[in-house]
Amino acid sequence: MALNFKQETFRDDYSYSNSAHAIRRFPFPFAEDQYMYSVNIEPHTKGEPGSVYEFPFDIDEHYVAECLDKEITLMQDPGRYHALPHMMDAQWDFLELTMTALANDYPEHFSLSRNGQTWTWDNKPLGVCDTFTFGDSSTLVREPFDYIGRQVQGDFVLLDQRDGTLYADAGIVTSQADWSLAFNVGMSWKEWHGPVPRATEIGVMDRALKYLLNLQLANPVRRLNWTMTVNPRLDTSPENYPYWGGDRNKVNTDNVGDLVNLRVELQSLFRLPRSNAIVFSIRCYLMSLKDVTSYPRWAKRLHRVQKTMHPDLIEYKGMTKFHPIVVDWLSKFDDGAELGIGTHPE
Amino acid sequence: MNMIDVKVAAIKQVTPLIKHFTFVKEDGSELPSFSGGSHIVVALDADGRTYRNPYSLMGSPTETDAYHISVRRQENSRGGSAFMHENVSVGMTLKITHPVNLFTLAKMAHKHILIAGGIGITPFMSQIEDLKRLGVEYELHYAFRSYAQAAFVDELKKSCGSSLYCYGDSDGERLDMQGLLSWQPLGTHVYVCGPSPMVVSVIETARNLGWPEHSIHNEQFLSPPVGEPFKVQLAKSEIEVEVPAEMSMLEAIEAAGVKAEYLCRGGVCGRCELGVLEHDGGLEHHDHFLTESEKASCRKIMPCVSRSKGKRLLLDL
Repeated sequence: MALNFKQETFRDDYSYSNSAHAIRRFPFPFAEDQYMYSVNIEPHTKGEPGSVYEFPFDIDEHYVAECLDKEITLMQDPGRYHALPHMMDAQWDFLELTMTALANDYPEHFSLSRNGQTWTWDNKPLGVCDTFTFGDSSTLVREPFDYIGRQVQGDFVLLDQRDGTLYADAGIVTSQADWSLAFNVGMSWKEWHGPVPRATEIGVMDRALKYLLNLQLANPVRRLNWTMTVNPRLDTSPENYPYWGGDRNKVNTDNVGDLVNLRVELQSLFRLPRSNAIVFSIRCYLMSLKDVTSYPRWAKRLHRVQKTMHPDLIEYKGMTKFHPIVVDWLSKFDDGAELGIGTHPE
Repeated sequence: MNMIDVKVAAIKQVTPLIKHFTFVKEDGSELPSFSGGSHIVVALDADGRTYRNPYSLMGSPTETDAYHISVRRQENSRGGSAFMHENVSVGMTLKITHPVNLFTLAKMAHKHILIAGGIGITPFMSQIEDLKRLGVEYELHYAFRSYAQAAFVDELKKSCGSSLYCYGDSDGERLDMQGLLSWQPLGTHVYVCGPSPMVVSVIETARNLGWPEHSIHNEQFLSPPVGEPFKVQLAKSEIEVEVPAEMSMLEAIEAAGVKAEYLCRGGVCGRCELGVLEHDGGLEHHDHFLTESEKASCRKIMPCVSRSKGKRLLLDL
């Protein structure tokens, strides 16, 4: 099925919106009425047709607009892309993984023809068509990870595995929930998870690391993470804090449903073959609270989760300023009826 | 676990004890790419049970039309290597896992010293291809009993040239470990694969010379040792499994139809770790994964290689 790509923006006038189809397939993350960190990792296997889990890399109606937004961010701040020299094998691994997946899963939009080491990549939605030699960076306009990272929705970090841990040694990061690639590049697992409250104490990070060190080829895994963002803005980076941080003061009882967005990250991890590195893919989905209430089940669930949220987590996720307004507004949609376990909308 | 169906395309007797097997996909398509030092687990059905043995991939990681492994026939083989030698023939189909790498090259090292003993040469066969492709400085030191019994010496001479150093024990040639590791530039990493005494000697020599821990790498897959038979009770599955002397606990659990996690099956990776709820008489830990204090606590066990000292064991599975 061919996708209809929307013209919309993730900055300035924020014309981004979700179709009814996009709302229905939204990866709502709360299966229970209470939320706490856990090693919520599961196999990244093929999901229901039409769901965000159908394919390894989900392409949706926002694809073209999101890639355009990524270009703007990278143009304004080239430091959003970084790759340490020893990651070149991982760069080519990443290019192969993403090109192969997109061409296989969305043949009406992408195609890849391989003739030995000579590859031709045709990206119709973005109007890109290039022939290059696999393994030879000089035959592409940019480094391979930079080249294809711009053409896939989401952020990507390449993790090198050594000394019994993982190092974030390359990344293309333009839609992050307030963390900085320039700050984190070269850091180890323990270093970049240091700020997460409560998780380290309960041993979640050690267990997750142990699991990921044994991640296998052809057996990717995934988890969901979430926060809330004022306005549908992809680039909520510390570098550009002045452009979005203040928006958190603008939320009031009248505009909260439109202004505040549930921001869900579908995080998936794939072992790469030649480099033995891991791709950490962070695919961001945004939906206004008003859109969340399209499904009463989701509205009730979201209310209960937020109402019982630990203050440390509210602060860590940057929601302290507007969180009481969110809870108050959502309470109108919650009749207290019991909800079974599960994230389904109806 | 996703397994790959392969066909045995060729078998070559390399030395009296070592056979080289070539696997291809049945439909002729490419096998997955891999990194130097990777291994696969080969599943073999024999005598009414399934053996799953890890073997290093030897060929060039960039040539994925076929996989290559070499199997040394083990004295006192529990069946796996003997079966590979006697019963596997060209044209047979086998199941293998995707490649896993527990013996990776350190990508930021300035120089690599590879030390192989006997059949321990196999993981280096793919690593040297990566090192040559990346143009990194390396030396391969290969020790064996005799030139007549040593596998792949001619091949290695061709491919490594002056980076290869051979030591034939029967010719009185000895690798001077102390000398080799005393004068290496900063940023050198050392890798060893071979018989246990050799691995221990390299690790201890390097440590005593002040090498940083993260610059010392070894691969030492264990075959599950033969031991006393015992019974294991699985708390969640609510069944009791007999573990015979010549079978590993993991194999016995699998044979009973209970799905257990695993990866290397050699006591290295930690994936098959199980919680111990009760035991009588202690545990016989053989793995390289758990820390000494974890082993002493008797609360965890790696069923791929470890056993019970008592008659009875209750596991959280």
